[in-house]
Formats: sequence, C-alpha cells, structure tokens
Amino acid sequence: MNMQSLILRTAGQFILPLLLLFSLFLLLRGHNEPGGGFIAGLVAASAVSLHLFAMDTAAARRILLAAPRDLIGWGLTLGVVSAVPSIFLGEPFFTSIWFELTLPVLGTLKLGTPLFFDVGVYMVVVGSVLTIVLNLAEEH
Amino acid sequence: METLMAFVVGVLYATAIYMILRRSIVKLVIGLVLLSNAANLLLFTSAGMTRGAPPLVPQGATVPAGVVADPLAQALILTAIVIGFGVLAFAVVLIRRAYEVVQADDMNQMKDTDT
Amino acid sequence: MSSSLSLTVALPILIPLLSGALSVAGWRSLRVQRGVALLGTAALLVASILLLHATWQADFLVMEMGNWPAPFGIVLVSDLLGAIMVLLTGITGFATAVYSLSTINERYSRFGYYPLMHLLLAGVNGAFLTGDIFNLYVWFEVMLVASFALLILGGERAQMEGAIKYVTLNLVSSAMFLSAIGLLYGLVGTLNMADIAVKLGEVEDTGLVTVISMLFLVAFGIKAAAFPFFFWLPASYHTPQVAVSALFAGLLTKVGVYSLFRVFTLVFSAAEPLTHTLLLWTAGLTMLTGVLGAAAQFEFRRILSFHIISQIGYMLMGLALAPLSALALVGGIFYIMHHIIVKANLFLISGLVFCLRGSYDLKQLGGLYREKPLLAMLFLIPALSLAGLPPLSGFFAKYIVIRAGVETESWWLVGTALVVGLLTLYSMIKIWAEVFWKAQPEDVDLTPPQTGSLVPLYLTIAGLAALTVCVGLFAQPVFELAERAAEQLLNPSLYIDAVLGGRA
Repeated sequence: MNMQSLILRTAGQFILPLLLLFSLFLLLRGHNEPGGGFIAGLVAASAVSLHLFAMDTAAARRILLAAPRDLIGWGLTLGVVSAVPSIFLGEPFFTSIWFELTLPVLGTLKLGTPLFFDVGVYMVVVGSVLTIVLNLAEEH
Repeated sequence: METLMAFVVGVLYATAIYMILRRSIVKLVIGLVLLSNAANLLLFTSAGMTRGAPPLVPQGATVPAGVVADPLAQALILTAIVIGFGVLAFAVVLIRRAYEVVQADDMNQMKDTDT
Repeated sequence: MSSSLSLTVALPILIPLLSGALSVAGWRSLRVQRGVALLGTAALLVASILLLHATWQADFLVMEMGNWPAPFGIVLVSDLLGAIMVLLTGITGFATAVYSLSTINERYSRFGYYPLMHLLLAGVNGAFLTGDIFNLYVWFEVMLVASFALLILGGERAQMEGAIKYVTLNLVSSAMFLSAIGLLYGLVGTLNMADIAVKLGEVEDTGLVTVISMLFLVAFGIKAAAFPFFFWLPASYHTPQVAVSALFAGLLTKVGVYSLFRVFTLVFSAAEPLTHTLLLWTAGLTMLTGVLGAAAQFEFRRILSFHIISQIGYMLMGLALAPLSALALVGGIFYIMHHIIVKANLFLISGLVFCLRGSYDLKQLGGLYREKPLLAMLFLIPALSLAGLPPLSGFFAKYIVIRAGVETESWWLVGTALVVGLLTLYSMIKIWAEVFWKAQPEDVDLTPPQTGSLVPLYLTIAGLAALTVCVGLFAQPVFELAERAAEQLLNPSLYIDAVLGGRA
C-alpha cells in the first residue's frame, strides 16, 4: 500500500516525531491529569499508521524496533509483573507502590508501579493496533 | 437532554437490528458496530448526564471542587469502547477472510455448517 | 485479609495471564510454548486446588484489588461455587495442554494457539472469581476474543462460516449484557454484585428490575446455549481443532450457566414468578431440542455438540427448581462438575478417533473395537456417564436433579429429563455401534492425518475417564461439596456480608 503522495510524505516526516513525542507526553502526564497508557498508545499507533500510509509497511516496521506481536507479549508481561510487588509488601494485589529516587542534578524522581502498568498498556495498545493494521495492509 | 439521548439510543438499536437481519455480511458487521455503540450510549445516558468538571481532587483538598461528572460511567464506557473496538477489528478481519474463502457477501451462501 | 490468601484468589487469573504473555514472548519456538503451556496449566491446576482448599476452610475469600474497599473498587470473591468452577477449569486446561502436545503443530501454533489458550483460561477464571458485574463483562469479552481467534485457527471454510454465526450471536449477547449493566447502574448506582443485591431490594420500580433481569436472562441464555438461543453452538463447535472444541465444550457454555446461577441467586431472585416459569420452560425445552437434534446427526462432533445443549437443560433445571428445593441446586452444581469432565473427554476421544482414521463421519468409521479395545473401553466410560448409568458420575448428577424434580412434583420436567436421558443413551449407543462395533466399511478410502505420538492423547483421555469413575465411586464427598456450595448460594446474605463486611 503506497499512496505516493509527495505532500503526505514530506509532512509525515515532520509530524511523526511530533506525534511520538506527544504520545510520550500523554503517557507520562497520565497519572495526575487526563492522559495515560491507553490514549498515548493510540496516538503512537496512529503516528506509525500515518507513516505507513505515507511510506510503506516496511518503513512502518522499521520505526517500531520490535515486531508488534512481541510488543503485546512484553507489554502484557510488564503489566502483570507491575501488579505483583504489592503482594510481597503484604498489600493486596494491584496496590500501587511509590518510591522516590534522588538524582544528582535533576532532583527527586517519584516512580511507582502504576507507571510500569501504564507503559505495559501502552505497549499492548501499540502492538495490537499495529498487528491488525499491518496485517491488513500487507495482504494486498 | 436525556430524552433526546433516549430517542437516539432507540434509533441506534433499531438500525442495528435492521442491519443485522440483512443477508449481506458487510451490513451485518455495520449492524454490530451500531449495536455496540447503542449499548455504550445507553450506558452513558442511564448513568445520568451532568455538565461538570473532570473529577479530579485539587492539590491540598480532600473533595473535588464544584460539580463533577461521574467518573465511573465514563470509565465503563471507555472500557466498553476499547473492548468493542478490539472485537470489531476482529470481526472485520473475519469477514474479509470469509469473503476470500466463500467468495460471496451473502449469508445464504454460508449454510455448510447449518444442520 | 492476609496477603497469602489474597494471592490465592488472584493466582488462578495471574498464572494464565503470565503464561500467555510468556508464550507470546516465546512465539518463535514451539518447544518453548509447549513447555510454558504444560508448566502454566499445571501451576494453574495446583493453584485451583489450593483455592478450593482455602475456600472450603474459610467459606469466602474476598480480595479487594488495589486495596480499594468494596463496593468502590473491584473485588475478587471466591465462594465454593466459584472455586469449584476454577478447579474444573484447571483440570480442563491441563488436559487440553497435554493433549495439544501431539495435535497442535507449527501450523496452528504459528497463529497463536498457545497464547490464546492461556488468555481463554484467564478469561474463564476471571469470570468465575469476580464480584463485580462490569468486571464480569470484561472477563466475558476477554474470553470471547480468545475464543473467536481459536475458532478460526486453520482457516477452513466451515470454520469461517461457523465463526460468523458464533461471533454475531455472541456480540448480540454482549450488547444485551452491557445494556443491562447500563440500566442497572442507572438504577442503583453501583457495580459490586453484593452491593447491587442490597440496593435492588430497596428499589420500588419493580417493572424496570424485571426488564433488567430479563435482559440478563437472555444475554446469559445465549452464552449458555439455552433454548431458543442455541443455534450458534452446533453451527460452530465441530469446526475447530479438537483441543479447541474440547476446551469450548467443557468451559464456555458453563460460564454462561455459572453467570445465570450467580445472578439469579445473588442479585435477582429465581423465585420471581416470571423468571421461575421462564427458567422451567427453558430447561425442559433445552434438554429436549438438544437431544432430538443429536438424534438426527451422523457426525461425531455434531452429536456431541447437540448433547452439550441438552445437558445445559439439566443444569438450568437445577436452577429453576432451586426456590422450591435446595436439593435441585445441589444437583445443578453436581451436574456441572460431572459434565465439564465428561464432555471435554468425549470431544478428546473424537479427536483420537480422527487421528486413527481421518474422519468424523460415523458412516465412514468402524471396526475400532476390534483394533483398539482399550480406546473402546475408554469411550464407554464417559459415554455411559453422559447417559447416566450407575455407578458413573452422570448417574448421580441426573439422580439428584430428578429426585429434586420429584420432590417438587414437577412431573413434566421429570418426565422430560428421563426421556432425554434415554435418548442420550440412544445417541451414545449409536456412536458405539457405528464407530466401534460395526466392521470398517470397505468402500471408503480414508487417510489418517499426520500426528505426533498418540501417547499424550491416551493419557489425557484415561486421566479424565478415571476422574469420572472417581466422582462416581466417591460421590458422597463430591455431593457434600456441592451441598455446601448450594447452601452458600441459597443464603445470599452470607456472600453480601463477606464482601461488604457489614458496611452495608
């Protein structure tokens, strides 16, 4: 599938990094404000899909770094694993756990299991949307 | 607003059922899409429609300020939409494959497994 | 609740999810996937035994996910019925994993057989353990998506056609389920099943409650393949791989039945005149249409598919008579336990016959008694158990249900159940006579498919047959288990107290 549109191809090169950055922004913003792994994943998936329309499926696969199916697998694993640490602390399953890191220059960084869960969701969403899109696109 | 939405939901259900009863498989899938949307909208409407801020608690406070929308109903619909999206994506792939195998967009051609 | 107990409740869902994820990660190697499947389902079986043991001692195990207290967060609740169902899932899952060793080759694993199988098991267990009605919907969908993809594994024409019917009817049912949840949430403003049960008692608009309960009845009726919503089942269950058929036959419709049991004992009352009458009629007609459909068939798996429907009728009979007699509910639960094992086993046997002969058509088969006497004996055990001959598990299951029917003087239903039992025997004898007893027809030319070693197939079939015999021989402890599970169902206040902890 290749639309061979010069305008789309040129614009796509500018829009793709912007969209990917925006998806990262949404992912990180998700905990305290509207956002999160799911919509961030959709934005990333649509960015890759746009790239697919502008270029071709091979190019879309290249920016993914991993096969979309593997993304689903690893994302799912990350999601399940992030729910487990609470059990070792004697809390029910899925209880969120937060810890703070003090970095030398940047100040304190607050990390928690929900972030890992969100990253897992992000990977699953990107993986599953692109598995479907790429499969349909490659059938032609 | 609720009354209007009730009518919309009704029309959606009616259209969905009409489409599902057609012989064409493509129309069947369109019917299923409409049906899942009708159910989502029903969920949204019946949970009560309020015009309010996002249900977030400001820093330092213990309750959200002012009128807020019911977050649970929205969470449910979001989940239902995601599930519906996944299932319908599958349905589209399925009818595509079925079309390739059977070479017809007609339910009447698909009687092999009927008994 | 201590964290080890909370882990016990979560494990039956976590294990298949994790093994599913690992098996996606190890997509490229069939050996890795098989290993993960064996280990994962074995771990699931152990976890489910632990869960049943813990539930037996504590009556109810409640886990509040993420430490959000009920009714605000999602709870996982294990009562005895749920724990029994999880154990049955563990048994079926492990049996299927062993069976798949020699029937699922690269061709199917390449399309994700193993991850989907784990996902299906996770969905089924989630549905059995959740105490939240919307969460139940989510698990239903997880299970459905996995089953859709499993159904078309292989991509033959019959599978596509069967899948379209299966997908359509199940999606319609899901939409109804979701609509019912929407209306319910609008009415009571909560999703926790225990909390709904409390708040529904205070609702004055009984008309709307009836509408919602009917929506649930139809939605779960479709999933359970009850009359008149069963058409998707015989159109699709005989098309996929045998291991998939067995998994579906054992578990999927039973999730529908379980949900009916749960919703119509806890949330709504089955004693409501309209519900009660409908359930009674549905039970009788489901039994009858299923068995009559089977009598007309000459394809191994189609006969078995129709028998699933007729057996669902007995389980519904247990539920329908529950308001009149506690024994009926005991019978229903006993029936589910017996049925899942026997039905999965019969499907697995049909697959072994296919491996030996290369056909499912009764007319083309024959002579297996002479050639494989062991297989013939192994077939007889579940077949006669299904028909309800003593001392096998099916006899006790049918006996309890029918005894409850006699006690409540529901003569029509008792008569139907007895006739259906006889017709089931007829069907099983038909398979026996055609596949095993008569000589192999000479004019047919069949080529058996290429398969691996048949030892795992024999092992699973023999293991499940032994379980059937055990349930029959040691019916007393199984009966006591079912009795306690039924007691819990008949006293919804126990469940409500366990979940809400006196907060309501």
